[in-house]
Amino acid sequence: MTSEGTNAQRPETAAAKPGASDWAIELEKINKRFGPVHANKDIDLSVRRGTIHGIVGENGAGKSTLMSILYGFYNADSGTIKVNGAIQNITDSRHALALGIGMVHQHFMLVDNFTVLENIILGAEDSRILGTSLSRARSELGRLEKEYDLKVNPDALIEDISVGQQQRVEILKALYRGADILILDEPTGVLTPKEADDLFRVLRTLREQGKTVILITHKLREIMAITDAVSVMRQGEMVKTLETAKTNPEELAELMVGRRVLLRVEKGESHPGKPLLKITNLTVADDMGVVRVKDVSFAVRAGEIVGIAGVSGNGQTELLEAITGMRDQRAGDVIVNGHKLFLKGDDGASRARAAGLAHVPEDRQRMGLVTNFQAWENAILGYQNSAEYGGGLMLDGTAARAAATAQMQRFDVRPLNISLKTSLFSGGNQQKIVLAREIGRDPDVLIVGQPTRGVDIGAIEFIHNQIVKMRDAGKAILLVSVELDEIRSLADRILVMFDGQIVGEADPATATEGELGLMMAGISNREAAQ
Amino acid sequence: MSVLKPLPRWADVVLLPLLNLTLAFVVSGLVVLAIGQNPLHAMWAIATGAFGSGYNFGYTLYYATNFIFTGLAVALAAHAGLFNIGGNGQAYVAGLGVIAVALLLDGTHWIIVMPLAMLAAMLVGGIWAFIPGYLQAKRGSHVVITTIMFNFIAAALMVYMLNYVLKAPTGMAPESRMIAPDARMPRLAEFIDFFRHTPVNLSLFLAIALLVGVYYLIWHTKFGFALRTLGQNPTASRYAGFSNSKIIMIVMTMSGALAGLVAFNEVLGVQNRLVLDFVADAGFVGIAVALMGRNHPFGIGLAALLFGALYQGGNELQYVVPGLTREMVVIIQALVILFTGAMEGLFRPGLQFAFMLFTPEHKAEAMARESAGSES
Amino acid sequence: MKNKQAFKGLAALAGGLAVSALMAGTALAQPAVIYDLGGKFDKSFNESSFEGATMWAEETGEAFLELEIQNDAQREQAIRRFASQGANPVVMAGFSWGTALGTVAAEFPETNFVIIDGVVDLPNVQSILFDEHTGSFLVGVLAAMTSESNVIGFVGGMDIPLIHKFYCGYAQGAKAVNADITVIESYTGTTPAAWNDPVTAGELARAASDAGADVVFAAAGGSGMGVLQMMADLGKYSIGVDANQNYMHPGSVLTSMLKRVDVAVYNSFMNAGDADTFTPGITVIGLSEEGVGYALDEHNEALLTDEMIEAAEDYKARIIAGEVEVHDYTTDSTCPV
Repeated sequence: MTSEGTNAQRPETAAAKPGASDWAIELEKINKRFGPVHANKDIDLSVRRGTIHGIVGENGAGKSTLMSILYGFYNADSGTIKVNGAIQNITDSRHALALGIGMVHQHFMLVDNFTVLENIILGAEDSRILGTSLSRARSELGRLEKEYDLKVNPDALIEDISVGQQQRVEILKALYRGADILILDEPTGVLTPKEADDLFRVLRTLREQGKTVILITHKLREIMAITDAVSVMRQGEMVKTLETAKTNPEELAELMVGRRVLLRVEKGESHPGKPLLKITNLTVADDMGVVRVKDVSFAVRAGEIVGIAGVSGNGQTELLEAITGMRDQRAGDVIVNGHKLFLKGDDGASRARAAGLAHVPEDRQRMGLVTNFQAWENAILGYQNSAEYGGGLMLDGTAARAAATAQMQRFDVRPLNISLKTSLFSGGNQQKIVLAREIGRDPDVLIVGQPTRGVDIGAIEFIHNQIVKMRDAGKAILLVSVELDEIRSLADRILVMFDGQIVGEADPATATEGELGLMMAGISNREAAQ
Repeated sequence: MSVLKPLPRWADVVLLPLLNLTLAFVVSGLVVLAIGQNPLHAMWAIATGAFGSGYNFGYTLYYATNFIFTGLAVALAAHAGLFNIGGNGQAYVAGLGVIAVALLLDGTHWIIVMPLAMLAAMLVGGIWAFIPGYLQAKRGSHVVITTIMFNFIAAALMVYMLNYVLKAPTGMAPESRMIAPDARMPRLAEFIDFFRHTPVNLSLFLAIALLVGVYYLIWHTKFGFALRTLGQNPTASRYAGFSNSKIIMIVMTMSGALAGLVAFNEVLGVQNRLVLDFVADAGFVGIAVALMGRNHPFGIGLAALLFGALYQGGNELQYVVPGLTREMVVIIQALVILFTGAMEGLFRPGLQFAFMLFTPEHKAEAMARESAGSES
Repeated sequence: MKNKQAFKGLAALAGGLAVSALMAGTALAQPAVIYDLGGKFDKSFNESSFEGATMWAEETGEAFLELEIQNDAQREQAIRRFASQGANPVVMAGFSWGTALGTVAAEFPETNFVIIDGVVDLPNVQSILFDEHTGSFLVGVLAAMTSESNVIGFVGGMDIPLIHKFYCGYAQGAKAVNADITVIESYTGTTPAAWNDPVTAGELARAASDAGADVVFAAAGGSGMGVLQMMADLGKYSIGVDANQNYMHPGSVLTSMLKRVDVAVYNSFMNAGDADTFTPGITVIGLSEEGVGYALDEHNEALLTDEMIEAAEDYKARIIAGEVEVHDYTTDSTCPV
C-alpha cells in the first residue's frame, strides 16, 4: 500500500472551496470486473452533501464493491470519481481518508484489549510520544462527543463495552480522522433494536452538522426510516435512485429483486394439536457460569409456530443451545414427543436429533455449516450416521451426493453445484442448504434461530413459506429472532424473554409493537397497562 | 483486501513445493559455497547419494518409511485441528512395546513376532499420544504444549529404561540385547539383491498400505467425516452431534499409533535392538512432510520420499564433499526442512498474484465468491 | 561401481573442479576411521584417533577416509558405507560401536575392522583394549601426593563399567600412598551425550571442589574440558585424559592419564589392512607397551616434584613386574577401595 506520496493529489477540502458543488460524491460510469464477473456495470451515483443516502440491493448486487472502490480498496477498471466536485483517483484508503471519506465496516476493526481512546488514535498518532497524542486526542474526542452526542467512555476497554458502543467508537474513529463523508456497511446487522435507534439518532445528528452519510443495507425499514434518498442496485447495475419520501418498501423490494415480492407472510389459521416440545423448569448457565436462562417452562404444540422475542443477550441463545443439546442443562427437562432428552455430555445434539428435533442455528457459519466443506458434505452434517449414507464405518459418498442434489434442488439453492465450497455460496443460499437439510428430514420439532439474518429479500420470502408449510404439516416450530417484524408475521404465539425469563405472552394479531417493546424492556403487561 | 484467489490445485500441489525446494537448494548451495566447495558438485552428490545405486536407494526408502509413518501421524491429527508435535516421543516409547514383544518371544519366528510387535508399537505409541489427547479433551491443556513436554518425558524415560532395565548387566552402551535372528523382520535385501546391505524392510509395505488406509479413513468413513468437521469447525462438529472430546482422544491415539510404527521399522527391522535416539527426529521431519504433502496421503508419500532422499543424500555429502562437517550437513538438511516445510507459504501470495494475471477465473466460482464476498 | 562412474562423470562435467582425494581414491583400499558422538575435535578420545590417522597419513603420504556420526542410530550405516565402498581397514574408537560392528562385520567378511575399547568376537575384527586401570593408578598416586586437603575428585563421562575402571584404578593409586584420602566420584550422565557435556562436568568439578577436593581427574572425553577449565578458574589442580592435555591450562593441569588411542589407530592403519599383518582377536595395551601412562612435559614439570615422579616410576615398574596388582573393575564389577 502506498502511504504518503499522494499529497500532490490531495484536494482542497470542501470548506476551502465553498459552494463548488452540491454533491459530495459523484460516480460516473464506474466499471469493475473480477475475471468474467462484471461486479459493477456503468454505475452512476450522486450523493448530495449533507444527506443520508441509502444504497440497497440483494447480496451480490455490487454494493460493497462500489463502496470499496470509493474507499480505495479496489481500483475501478473505468469511470470517474468526483469528491466535492473534483475528479479524484483514489489509490488507497489512506488517500480516501485524506479526501474526507471514512468507512465503518460491518466487522469492526478494533483492538479488543486497548481502550477506546487508544483505538481511536491507533494509526493516527500525531506525535512520537504516545502521551502527547493521547491527551490531545482526549480533548478532541470530548469535542466530537459533544458535537454529535456520541457518548462513550474513552478509558473503557473495547472488550468491556457493548457492540453498539463499539460501533460508536468506529464512527468516532472516522470523525477523528476528519471524515466528512461516512460510509456505513450494514451497520444494524449486529445491533439490538434499541441500539439501532440510537445509531439512527446519531446519524441524524451527523446530518444536521453537515456530514454526508452513505448507508448500505438490505433492510427496507431502515431505508424508509432514515434516508433522504435511496439508490437500488441489482446484479451489478444501478437500477434507480429515488427520493425516499416518494417511494415505499414494496416498490423498493420489487426493484431489488426484479419481480413482485410479498413482504408479509401469507399463512392461514393455525390448528394446534398436542404439545410436541415441552420445556420444564429449564435453567442454563453460559460458559462463564452465569445463569442465563432461569427456570423457564413452556410448550410448543403440533401445528403452531411459537416465536420468542427479546432483545438479544437475554438468554435466547442459551435457551436454544440447551434445547438442542449444544449446552449442558443446569436443571430442568426438554421433552420431545413425550420422550425426555438426555442432554448431558458433549454429544447431546445427536440424541436431540435422534428424538426428532431439527435445529437451524442462529449463526449458520459458526455452527450450522462447515464453510470449508463442499456443499454435499454440509448437506449430511448431523445426519452422517444415518443408514442411508452407508452402513457401518464407511461413508457412502454417492448416496450422500444424491441426497444433497435432491435437497438443493428442492430448496432451489444456487448455483446447483454440490461440489462447490460452501463458503462460496451467498448467505441466503447457505441458509437454504441448512434449511433443506433440517427440514428435509421431516422432523417433529423444528428449532429456528434468526432464520433470515443476512439473507436476501427474495430468499426471505422462500424461507418463511417453508417454515409455514412445516407448521401446516403439523410440526411444532420454535422461532427465535431479533427481528420483531419477522416474529410478528410468522409466529402464532409470541413469548417475550427478558433477563432469562419468559416475562409475557402475546398474540401477534393483536399485540402492538409498543406493547411488545415494553415487555422486551422488562416491563410486564400489567405494569404497561397502568 | 482478500482479492487473491486460491491457486489451482496443480500449482498448489506441484509448483509451490518445487519452488520451495529450489529456494532451499539455492540457500543450501550458498552454505556449500561458503566453505569453498562447488554447490553443483554437492547437489549431484545428494542426488546420486539418494538414488545412485540400489544401496543408496534402499537407504532412501528406509528413511522414507519412517517419514511416511510420522507424516501420516501429523496429517491425521491436523485434519482434526490438532497439532501433534509429539511424534518423536510417541515413536520413541513405542520402541518399548516392540522390544518387549520381540524379547519375550525370543526365538519365535518373525511371522508371529511381526504382527504382535506392530500392534505393540501402535498400542504404546497410541497410549503416549492418548494422554495429551485426554488432557486436551477433558482439561483443556493444549496438545501443542503437552506433546512437546511428552517428548522430553519420553527421552528421559527411555534413558532410564535403557540404562537400568534393558541394558545387559555387563554392557556399556545403553541398549537392549539383540533380537534373535529368527524374530527379526526380513529386509528386502533378502529377496531383492538390488537392495543389498540396506535396512529397508517389510515395514515399507505397511507404510504404503497405510497411505491408502489413512486416505480412506479421512475421506471415506464416517469417523473421517467427524474428524474433518472437528478440524474445520468445532462448534459445527458439536452441532452435528459428535462428541468432540471423544474424537480428540481417538484421533490423538491413532496419530500416536501411526508415529509408533517408526519403532516397528527401526527396532524390529533395522537396529534389531533398542538403542538411544533411534527415532532420529523422524517425528519432527514428519511435520515438514505433512506440511509439504498438504496433509494428503498421496502428497505425504511423495514428500516422505523426497525427505528420505534428502536425508540419505545429505549423509552422503560428508563422504563426498571434503571439509563438509556433520554440522554443515545438519544445517543443509534443516534449511531444506525450513523452506519446504515451515515456510511453505513463502511463495504463495506471489504465485497467486501471478496466476491472477495470467489465467481466467472459473466463472461459477468467481461469481459465487463475489456474492459471498459482498456480504461481509 | 556404477555409482563411481557417475561421480567421475560429474567430475568431468564440473570442469576443473578439484575432486578431493577422498573421492578419487575410493578405488584403492583406503583405511577409514569413524569418530564417536563426541566429535572429531573433542581434544580427547576422538581427537586422539584423528591424530593417529594423521600421523599415518603424514608418514605414508596417503589419504584416509573419516566420518563423524550424528546419532546412535547411524552407526551401522556408517560402518556399512565404508565397508561397501571398499575401505580397509575400518577403524572405530568407542565401545558403543560394538553391536553395530558385530552386525556389519559379519556382512563383510573380506573387510578388516578394528574396534578400540570394545570387543567383537569375529574373525575379521581386531579388538583393542587398554589397561586404563594401571594408568589411572599412576595419576591417582600423583593426585594423592599433590593433595593438601586430603580430598581428591573424579569426574567420569558416561556412567559405565569402562569409566568405573578408570575410577577404580585412580582410587587404588591414591589410597596406595595415602590410605586416609577421600575420593569423590561423579559422572556426567548415562548416555553418550555425557561425552560432550562440559557444562555439567564443570559443575561436578565445582561440587567436588566445594567438598574439599583440590585435584580432580576428568575421565570424560570432551566433557573434561569443563573440568579442566573449572579447576583452573578455582586455582586448583586437574588431571586430563586420553590425549596429553597438559598444555591446556599450564600450572593447573597436574598431568594427563595418557591412553594412546592415536597409537592404536596408527598401528591399525599400518597393519590391519593387510592379511599378513592383521591380528584379529583381543589386543590389550598397557604400561609396558607405553599404551597408557602419565604425561610429563614442559607444561607440568614445575608441578611434579622429583619425589612424586620417583614414586610414580616406582609403581610403574612394580606393576609391570607384577609386584603390585591393580584390580580391574570390569573383571568382576567391584572395586576393592
